[in-house]
Amino acid sequence: MKNRATYFGVFTALALIFSYVETLIPVNFGIPGAKLGLANLVIVIVLYKTGFKEALLLSVTRVVLAGFLFGNLFGILYGLAGAVLSLAAMECLKLRSSFSVVGVGIAGGVSHNIGQLIVAMIVVETYQVGYYLPALLVAGVVTGTLIGIVCREVLRRINNVTLV
Amino acid sequence: MKRNDWFLAAGILAAAAILFCFQRLGKSGEQAVVSISVDGDLYGTYSLGEDRTVEINETNRLEISGGAVRMDWADCPDQVCVNHRSISRDGESIICLPNQVVVSIENGESGEVDGIAR
Repeated sequence: MKNRATYFGVFTALALIFSYVETLIPVNFGIPGAKLGLANLVIVIVLYKTGFKEALLLSVTRVVLAGFLFGNLFGILYGLAGAVLSLAAMECLKLRSSFSVVGVGIAGGVSHNIGQLIVAMIVVETYQVGYYLPALLVAGVVTGTLIGIVCREVLRRINNVTLV
Repeated sequence: MKRNDWFLAAGILAAAAILFCFQRLGKSGEQAVVSISVDGDLYGTYSLGEDRTVEINETNRLEISGGAVRMDWADCPDQVCVNHRSISRDGESIICLPNQVVVSIENGESGEVDGIAR
């Protein structure tokens, strides 16, 4: 139990650092809301190494903290929708053994974008934001693949490390 | 990567391509109108062909010129809508989230149905 709290703190710090690093990278895909999703690296690794509950807790903690530190309240709202939906999608794919980490990463990236888009539709009460859907889907596949490949390599190297 | 990963990626990309094609089919005509809504309620519609500036609730200023629309000024801190490129095609939109202002271009002939189908 002692170790769990320690690990959770370390992972939260790591996820926050990734969120911060991401604000430093001026990636502009020309689409509002599209970004690399570096913090998802930590989330996916925790999802694989410990489990769904820990990953969900970490994800929500990260979004709220990062929102207060680097964003605004709107950002938290979008982030939460994206985080919860993407984690749910990733867990579903992870449970089916026919998908690898890369597939899980893709599902996470795409569903994160879809979650944000749904909140945007509700907030501005219009379907017009759906105009960004194709671009966000492609962006989700690209970033999800990258994150998935990095996760696969990291997981391969920490294979014999057991967390909790 | 397993086989299903490729299927997943290909499926999503195909869906994106299909959606994109559907969007491109709706081209802007001469009757295209600029529709502005605030907080989900319609604020007003303006002809795309007529050059003018529109003040939206003292929070945003919109400029219509040469068949294109751009946000000239906004009082919000992030300025995402002001930095947005100008829009001219049917279905394109500029959205100012802090002020909940949505500016979109609709073709007078088939606005409503296209908007929902998309």
